[in-house]
Formats: sequence, structure tokens, C-alpha cells
Amino acid sequence: MTSIYDDAGKYIACTVVEAGPNVVTQVKTDDTDGYFALQLGFGEAKPKNTSQQMKGHFEKVKTTPKQKLVEFRDFPLAKAAGDKVTVDEVFKPGDTVHAVGTSKGKGFQGVVKRHGFGGVGELTHGQHDRQRAPGSVGSSSYPSKVFKGLRMAGRTGGERVKVRNLKVVKIFPDQNLLVIRGAIPGHNGSYVIIEKK
Amino acid sequence: MNPIQFVQEQLLKDRSSETVKPGDNVNISYKIIEGDKERIQNFKGDVIKITGSGRTKTICIRKISNGVGVERIFPLNSPSIVDITLLKKGKVRRSKLYYLRALSGKKARIKEKKQALAPKVEVDAPQA
Repeated sequence: MTSIYDDAGKYIACTVVEAGPNVVTQVKTDDTDGYFALQLGFGEAKPKNTSQQMKGHFEKVKTTPKQKLVEFRDFPLAKAAGDKVTVDEVFKPGDTVHAVGTSKGKGFQGVVKRHGFGGVGELTHGQHDRQRAPGSVGSSSYPSKVFKGLRMAGRTGGERVKVRNLKVVKIFPDQNLLVIRGAIPGHNGSYVIIEKK
Repeated sequence: MNPIQFVQEQLLKDRSSETVKPGDNVNISYKIIEGDKERIQNFKGDVIKITGSGRTKTICIRKISNGVGVERIFPLNSPSIVDITLLKKGKVRRSKLYYLRALSGKKARIKEKKQALAPKVEVDAPQA
């Protein structure tokens, strides 16, 4: 992330996303698959780490092996397999986008961080060593069990998250860079999907 | 090039050549917008800390206004900063001058750093 100044001179926090060049690796149509979609490839992969099956898939559209493949249903542009998709074809400043990514892993966390529980809230009145405890998990002889799905401590983060309604502030077509206002899930350098609303 | 570095180079003003240091007495002139009018305001005080690097550097200025200490943080890349003038070089021994907050009056002054004089150039006296 970084910050830039908008037209009104306000300092706004932004995320820089390298969004291309993407290569169309497969075109799915109504005839072949029953729906219309484009499969886009991004990032160079090492050929020695690419399986024979995937190498064949890339050779079919005459491109080098790609790191990531993502399918976009009902893509707004008509493209043939092997074509390049650049940033300025899809986005323009002011667009509203959604960002999908894998959030940062937080490890095993308690209920206060994981589910936003309030904690006990008091240090005195008999409270000792349990300021961030979850409290009761249920009643006694009836139902004699803890209900499934009860929010408890556990592994947090590292899951697919979608952040909706972010604004594109600026694009750099030559570098295929998107500058998006606000934060996007994931650590620096992670892969994200940017969907147009 | 790192994409973040690229965006910063494209969109943020570079004032990294500013030679202001902690302890210096500076005057910052910046634009403020009142309604639809724009005017220039000055903030004069001592630099008590500098954070960040390159195009995201910020400086914190402290001054005493009507007996009340006021601190203001300026991002050096801000387009609203018109001018930064160095008034006095300060002689200080640390980079963060937080100790000034606890001091008042004469104790809160910073000693001025006297510039070293240019070395004397020996001129060969004409042979008599």
C-alpha cells in the first residue's frame, strides 16, 4: 500500500495492483461448455515446474506457462484464445471493483480477535486471568451438549475474502498498474482477483 | 521496478532533497482552503522528529502558541506545502526531541549550531 493525493488535495491510502498483461488461455462458449467465459493466465511459471498436461494447455494457445489461471464468466470483451488483455481495456479511473484474495494468516487466535467478542470488560469484581475468555458455551443437563457452529477460538485468516465496492483511483496502462483506494486482502505480493462491478 | 515505487515516483512530489534536520527552526508555508478562497498560512517552529524516507517522509514541527504547545505533522510530499525555509540550525544530540514536551520557558530552547567557518585560504605573499 501507499498513499496518493486526489484531485481535492486529500491524502488517500491506496493499494497498487499489477493487473496484467493477462493472456486468454481458453474460451468457453455456449456450444462447448454451456456458458460463456474466458480463462485468463497471469505471471510467468517455470516450464520445469509445469506439468505435461498444463504445458499442452498453454501450447494450444501458443503462450508460455503461466502461474495463475482464473476463469471469468460473461467477460465483457470478445477475445480469442491467445489474445492479451490489458488493464486499460477493462478498467478506467472511477470504476467500482471487488477484490478477492486470501487474507493474511493469523494462526490460532482467541474469540476476541477471531469473532469480535467483547471480552469480560472488567479487571475487578472477581475477574482474574479471564479478560479475553469466551464465557459460557451452553446450558447444563439440557441440551447436554455444545451446539455445532458455536464461535470459538481457532485458526484465523488465510481464507478467501472478497472486499466489495472499492474505487479505482488511477491506472497506468503501460505498466498495467491499477491504483485502488483502500486495502485489499492478502500479504504483499499475493495474488488477487479484481472484478468489475 | 517495484510497482509501489513506480506509483510514488509518478504521483508524489519529491522533496527528499530538503536538508532540514531535527532541532532546526523552520517556517513552513502551506495553502489552506477557506470556503472557495485559498490563502497561505505559515507554521514556524522546531523540527522534533523526521519519519519515513524518500517520498513518504514526514516532519513534525513543534511551536508554542499562546503558551500552549502545538505540534503539527507535515508530509513533505504534500502539494499544499508552498515553501520550507530554514531559519536556524539547531545543535541537538538525538533524532527525536520528545524531551522538549516536558520542558517550558527558557529550558525548552535549542542551542543554535554555528556554521563552521570556511577554511582560510593561504595566499602566498608576494615576494618582497
